Amino acid sequence: MIHSLFLINCSGDIFLEKHWKSVVSQSVCDYFFEAQEKAVDVENVPPVISTPHHYLISIYRDKIFFVSVIQTEVPPLFVIEFLHRVADTFQDYFGECSETAIKDNVVIVYELLEEMLDNGFPLATESNILKELIKPPTILRSVVNSITGSSNVGDTLPTGQLSNIPWRRAGVKYTNNEAYFDVIEEIDAIIDKSGSTVFAEIQGVIDSCIKLSGMPDLSLSFMNPRLLDDVSFHPCIRFKRWESERVLSFIPPDGNFRLISYRVSSQNLVAIPVYVKHLISFKENSSSGRFDVTIGPKQNMGKTVEGVVMTVHMPKAVLNMNLTATQGSYTFDPVTKVLTWDVGKITPQKLPNLKGIVNLQSGAPKPEENPSLNIQFKIQQLAISGLKVNRLDMYGEKYKPFKGVKYITKAGKFQVRT
Amino acid sequence: MAASPAYGEEKGGSSSLGEPEYGHDPASGGIFASDYKRHDDLKEMLDSNKDSLKLEAMKRIVAMIARGKNASDLFPAVVKNVACKNIEVKKLVYVYLVRYAEEQQDLALLSISTFQRGLKDPNQLIRASALRVLSSIRVPIIVPIMMLAIKEAASDMSPYVRKTAAHAIPKLYSLDSDQKDQLIEVIEKLLADKTTLVAGSVVMAFEEVCPERIDLIHKNYRKLCNLLIDVEEWGQVVIINMLTRYARTQFLSPNQNESLLEESAEKAFYGSEEEDTKDAKAEAASLAKRKPYVMDPDHRLLLRNTKPLLQSRNAAVVMAVAQLYFHLAPKAEVGVIAKALVRLLRSHSEVQYVVLQNVATMSIKRRGMFEPYLKSFYIRSTDPTQIKILKLEVLTNLANETNISTILREFQTYIRSMDKDFVAATIQAIGRCATNIGKVRDTCLNGLVQLLSNRDELVVAESVVVIKKLLQMQPAQHSEIIKHMAKLTDNIQVPMARASILWLIGEYCEHVPKIAPDVLRKMAKSFTNEEDIVKLQVINLAAKLYLTNSKQSKLLTQYVLNLAKYDQNYDIRDRARFIRQLIVPTEKSGALNKYAKKLFLAQKPAPILESSFKDRDHFQLGSLSHLLNAKAVGYQELPDWPDEAPDPSVRNVEVPEWTKCTSREKRKEKVEKPFYSDSEGESGPTESADSGESHHEPESDSEESGSSSSSGTSSSSSEEEDEEEEEEGSGEQSEEKEGEEEEEKRKKRKEKGGLRKAGSPQPLSPMGWAWWPMLSCGPWQLLSPAFGAVRTYELLHRMAGEGLSVEYCFSRRPFPGDPHMVAVQIQISNNTDAEVKSLRVSEPKLLAGMRIQEFPEIESLAPGDTASVVMGIDFCDSTQAANFQLCTHTRHFYVSIQPPVGELMAPVFMSENEFRKEQGKLTGMSEITEKLTLPEKCRSDHAIVQQVTSAANVGRVPCGADNEYRFAAKTVTSGSLVLITLEWREGAAAQLTVNSEKMVIGTMLVKDIIQALAQ
Repeated sequence: MIHSLFLINCSGDIFLEKHWKSVVSQSVCDYFFEAQEKAVDVENVPPVISTPHHYLISIYRDKIFFVSVIQTEVPPLFVIEFLHRVADTFQDYFGECSETAIKDNVVIVYELLEEMLDNGFPLATESNILKELIKPPTILRSVVNSITGSSNVGDTLPTGQLSNIPWRRAGVKYTNNEAYFDVIEEIDAIIDKSGSTVFAEIQGVIDSCIKLSGMPDLSLSFMNPRLLDDVSFHPCIRFKRWESERVLSFIPPDGNFRLISYRVSSQNLVAIPVYVKHLISFKENSSSGRFDVTIGPKQNMGKTVEGVVMTVHMPKAVLNMNLTATQGSYTFDPVTKVLTWDVGKITPQKLPNLKGIVNLQSGAPKPEENPSLNIQFKIQQLAISGLKVNRLDMYGEKYKPFKGVKYITKAGKFQVRT
Repeated sequence: MAASPAYGEEKGGSSSLGEPEYGHDPASGGIFASDYKRHDDLKEMLDSNKDSLKLEAMKRIVAMIARGKNASDLFPAVVKNVACKNIEVKKLVYVYLVRYAEEQQDLALLSISTFQRGLKDPNQLIRASALRVLSSIRVPIIVPIMMLAIKEAASDMSPYVRKTAAHAIPKLYSLDSDQKDQLIEVIEKLLADKTTLVAGSVVMAFEEVCPERIDLIHKNYRKLCNLLIDVEEWGQVVIINMLTRYARTQFLSPNQNESLLEESAEKAFYGSEEEDTKDAKAEAASLAKRKPYVMDPDHRLLLRNTKPLLQSRNAAVVMAVAQLYFHLAPKAEVGVIAKALVRLLRSHSEVQYVVLQNVATMSIKRRGMFEPYLKSFYIRSTDPTQIKILKLEVLTNLANETNISTILREFQTYIRSMDKDFVAATIQAIGRCATNIGKVRDTCLNGLVQLLSNRDELVVAESVVVIKKLLQMQPAQHSEIIKHMAKLTDNIQVPMARASILWLIGEYCEHVPKIAPDVLRKMAKSFTNEEDIVKLQVINLAAKLYLTNSKQSKLLTQYVLNLAKYDQNYDIRDRARFIRQLIVPTEKSGALNKYAKKLFLAQKPAPILESSFKDRDHFQLGSLSHLLNAKAVGYQELPDWPDEAPDPSVRNVEVPEWTKCTSREKRKEKVEKPFYSDSEGESGPTESADSGESHHEPESDSEESGSSSSSGTSSSSSEEEDEEEEEEGSGEQSEEKEGEEEEEKRKKRKEKGGLRKAGSPQPLSPMGWAWWPMLSCGPWQLLSPAFGAVRTYELLHRMAGEGLSVEYCFSRRPFPGDPHMVAVQIQISNNTDAEVKSLRVSEPKLLAGMRIQEFPEIESLAPGDTASVVMGIDFCDSTQAANFQLCTHTRHFYVSIQPPVGELMAPVFMSENEFRKEQGKLTGMSEITEKLTLPEKCRSDHAIVQQVTSAANVGRVPCGADNEYRFAAKTVTSGSLVLITLEWREGAAAQLTVNSEKMVIGTMLVKDIIQALAQ
């Protein structure tokens, strides 16, 4: 299915290639470069490109293009999803999925790619299995390896691949047995000019960090599972139990993983924790404009809104901005025209405000549209949907684990139109 | 070592060739001499005894390969290390070998014996990895060895080795396609494998080697369906795609017959005119020929077992299930996929891109499915342009009369975007909305005209093009706009826009008789500097003006034609010559001359603005071909449904002797256990054991499939599963027959009913007693008290009507003459002291599709008198108001009638069984359930029935169960079924369920009924 893979950086260098069938020449990437040029910015490169003999399916992650070469019909999402899985694996192994990390660990990367695909068809993509096959690099291990000459390749057999529960490796042992769950909710919203909500929705995930010995069988229940409108599961979850009892029952993978992601039905009203007052105007026939934005908290359920950052893509005609912030600091990049205001925590007593003059290119026509404001924020200890974990039970093992649940609400794609 | 002698016999010659080749390799490698020196250090390291040095060298070599540098000259030095003890060195050598074996075939042969030894290793993982590398070496000479190895591995005890064998099949096939027949045998064998580990890989091999051999799937179909949920994600995608194709060849379309049946039923029901009855007869005849549709249990099995996978975290799996449902599920069930697809829109932008393409195609066919998620397709300014344009496409497809105002408001924000490509696409989208929805055409047109004064030329140009298309639909009313556009020729430079304006002026020159010649004058002046496309339109304009207004434009036309005669472009020269001959009368001019006017100024049909995603669904959704809208290499056509279902018994599997002893009770006992964990314990030994597995195997398989079985527990083995399936299957088959008979009976009944109804104006429902005679003076009191008071609504108040008061009510009887209309009884009383003359309806303002049958004009109404008339309104199954004017000889009154949702339907007869059957088809999104509490006075059968029937025009369905009430109706316009179930639980609690394809109606109806019951 997947014939070859090329990794290309932003300046157009092919810095890694891997072929699973016969070799495809690098020149096939020229079609990709052509499309990239046409697309102007990186986001608009079409993910699927048809060339006379091949099809190129690519993703863009962390400033790297993963370009795969396909020769025959294959579901495009299959390839895209797999490429993202590859990127996730790199992230998992090296802490970041960057060009330098890949170049520094090129041998491990190659070994990983070799295990992940066989003849272009995915073989082992579960990180638990891969980690048994190829140990992730750590400083300690690389020191030890250089002295003893031992290797990163595990000599034990990846039994997980053979079992019913391929996501969990066998023989896990911890001295401290812990299970942590992070309930993270993101608010996606579009707020219109007048401050009313055009669209709002809550997207949530439960990320888990499970360090439990043996083969624990967990079940996690919620106080209000009916809230969850649409859920997608990690393969470890028993679907039938969820269907019948609304309980998450699973044998967890070892380590960090995403247990579920869910959406809270859009019928429910979504509480919007911040409001934005804005006044942005460009004067006709003069090369300046006004910019005045205030952010304030609302419906925050007694919790502080923190980590507030506002980013604005200003129109091209903007030359510079002369602003004063009552709180936090702002930067304006005159090349990309991006204004970033790092506000920090909002205190209701003194609302943060950013105000000043916008300098426009003289002679340029007045920008037609006011830019939309993208807001990020965080609220600790709160799941905005009201979702609550009821209890976590463990079966199958004797010890008593340490359990913890953390809630956090963030802004997702939160946009205010002006 | 079975393989190596065979190899020796067959390829003896070449292997002896290989030896000397290796011998004088340095000579043949002479050209690489410099490279040799360059890699001398690496060679030394590889030759050393220390593993660490070897490893270091291999790492450097692999890094070279990764960067795409040529390291082929190191081949001999590397291959020597293939048998190295160090596992990492070995793995890296494998990487190298697979990469370069094709280029150095003879040297690669040296390594083969190592792998052959590996194939016999007691450790399953070593066996697997040996097979993996051996099959990856693309050297044609070893094809027989590979074949042998694959065959052997296919019957290995370890499922992991068997999986590897499945992976090796397409590799061998691509190396030598002559092996196809033998490979198919192996595939057949592996398809019968019952482990989840193998299933995905073997189906992948099947798809690559012999996708046309659909017959191989029959026996394994049920097993694959049952294993599906436990197969790894990637395998799931492949299996689901294959099963979609399979189902299309083996089962009947779940929708085709259904729609036919519905149509004919509706016709029979309302059929009052002769033509209708004829049609109904013809259709009934065609239906009788066709077997009534009952879904094959295997078809149902597939739908049931794939549904949970919509919840997969893997976007590819979700998409695969979505396309399966789109292509295979009955209409009413397809809705379930919408939610999952919308969820994918939160994912990476590449995923969004692919999903949106598919949603765009789906939303054309099944608009209702995505309507509830309209807002999820709203565009953010930070979306990449390609995503924005796809979302726009979806929004346009979803636009209908009810949501168009929200969508247009949203579009207004988009038009001001900084992203000009996106703005242009938005303008196109507005154009499409305007053509599709007549109601908003004027609004859109006005909006677009405003855009003509936009500063950005591209925006103006795009608007001009779209306006042109819109004006073509109704040019007469818009001469102002045409004039406005004529002025724009001075400023707009975009050729396409100029050409569009010129065409418009030419086409409608009679609407702008003064301006048109002037425009031609200006254009003649600048003719030589125009683009070709504009020049052609100038000639066109000149010709049309010459024909309509030759006095003013004769000279200008001559001038333009002369200019064109000497143009550089031959198209333009040709056109000029052709037109001159056609329009300018000369002695020699042919017969066509008289018809010139007809030729040029013929009525031209308005263009239809269509989505580019229309008809894309003939490609399997989710496929590469669908995305590219072109057939990709290796694309397997999605076959059409067969007319006759192939024999379903081919999927039956013989039940092995030993499973027969397992009783169902035993299985059920196990079902109670909530976890599969203990079964895992049992299967522990089989997981790790390499030996002694064979006769336990069925049992171990049972564990693996157990967790997948529909009960979600550890009990039944796959064989049992099959057996069970089979039993079920046969059971359902007999049911099927019964079903058929019943269906037949029902149809006969319907036909009879239809004929009878067509013939005589008999009442249609148990509520026949509720009809009142037409035009009687005081119909209100004629109602049976059991029915409750029919609500009357005010159309015109006495004060507003200056003494004329008008009331209306819904008479609930079919409107004579048009079964799609709702009859509205109107009572007009004249409270003035003068006679009111010529009362009539005029100027109805209706949404597209709505129709009004006016009542006959009332010539005069004496003071104090009251008249009652009936008019018919086709509300198109929407609760939108019908606006019209009520005129008297002196005055006009603007009035509007808004129907309560319950009046948009007419009762139908149904048996309980039919009701259940229909209800089964209308689940998922079509089902709306609400809990309610019944107030004191509504807690009797009588009261409930009365309240429900007063809230909606429905018929009661006889019902066996106590405390359960069913009602059925069909919407008047489209004839969609509306099924109402009210379950009265203990005390005041009750649950109301409404099933209807029309979700909006369903939702509103639930509200209305609850309100009625609460009163």
